Amino acid sequence: MKIAFTTSGNELTAPLDPRFGRASKFLIYDLENETFEMVDNQQNLNAAQGAGIQSAGTVTNSGAEALVSGHCGPKAFRVLMAAGVKVFYSEAGTVGEALDAYKQGKLTESNAADVEGHWE
Amino acid sequence: MIITVASGKGGTGKTTVSVNLAHMLGSKVQLLDCDVEEPNAHLFLQSEPKEQTVVTIPVPQINEGLCECCGECAKFCEYHAIVSFGTTPLIFPEMCHGCGGCSIVCPKKAIGEIDKRIGTVETSEVENILLVQGRLDIGMAMAPPLIRAVKNRLQQGLPAILDAPPGTSCPVIATLQDTDFAILVTEPTPFGLNDLKLAVAMMQEIDIPFGVVVNRFGVGDNRVHEFCKEQQIPVLLEIPDDRRIAEAYSRGELIVDALPEYRELFQGLIEKTMHQFNTQTA
Repeated sequence: MKIAFTTSGNELTAPLDPRFGRASKFLIYDLENETFEMVDNQQNLNAAQGAGIQSAGTVTNSGAEALVSGHCGPKAFRVLMAAGVKVFYSEAGTVGEALDAYKQGKLTESNAADVEGHWE
Repeated sequence: MIITVASGKGGTGKTTVSVNLAHMLGSKVQLLDCDVEEPNAHLFLQSEPKEQTVVTIPVPQINEGLCECCGECAKFCEYHAIVSFGTTPLIFPEMCHGCGGCSIVCPKKAIGEIDKRIGTVETSEVENILLVQGRLDIGMAMAPPLIRAVKNRLQQGLPAILDAPPGTSCPVIATLQDTDFAILVTEPTPFGLNDLKLAVAMMQEIDIPFGVVVNRFGVGDNRVHEFCKEQQIPVLLEIPDDRRIAEAYSRGELIVDALPEYRELFQGLIEKTMHQFNTQTA
């Protein structure tokens, strides 16, 4: 199973971006192989509108079945739910810490967006 | 003739120029407040709306019985108003521009349209001014369709002044489309100059003749004037930085009524605008 993390860097020590729609990258971690790949989200970072919707599409297309981010807005959440991607919120400082928290079962699956649209 | 009053920057005095210009024309004139997110021309005209019409845009509605989840509609929509992952498409009406393309590309004819209210258009009449103003509903993001609804009220054969929204984005372009001449209002400050440059680049792109009005002349520096000179942009009017103008504005009074000594300035603006229009379009 793959998990997507929002980040601005390229490795597990990079900060976890608290924003979802306008995060610059997604780190897609493969739990079985313990490897990861980066998916660029630069285009959405600068999108005039619909960043959350499009980012949710990007995460879904990466094959991730779960997302770990600081927050998620209502439109993105609707798309992720429709695509069957589970959403977890984390206040961890880095992607690695968020991953550890996930593995230890410390993150709880969310059933709602936690911020308004256009939050930042 | 249709004149649009625009500016790269908010708070520079577009509405001041629009309402005073309309009032000074003397003859019957249409004033269209296209700043639909924040219409304020009516504050200076103390008018009671005579007529109000609701404006809607068509947004898609999926007939789930017919939809085969092919995703063509979502692929087509540039505005992410429809999303599909091999599932029944999700619709985000607030992102929809009402173009209707999704219903055309749907191979199963599973997309119909329903009307979604975006705002209202109000008309009123005060002395020589026929005021039309759009008012976007709270929370709506689609200004251009409402601006077009305001402009649909334009009557042929009557001069029109369009008060544009600030900035240089879609709502401003929607206002400027099919206008004959633009007046760019700016102020002689670094911020004014920065945004004037953006507005001038926009004007050159859409190729509409224009001139500049410098508001609050006396503050700031000379760079706006130097820029205009260098680019050969005519300065049509300088409105002095006079506290009494700000006071009149804050009371909702027209400058030309509250401070009659400025009537001549606005009369000059009319003449210079006509002159520039005739020269630049000759």
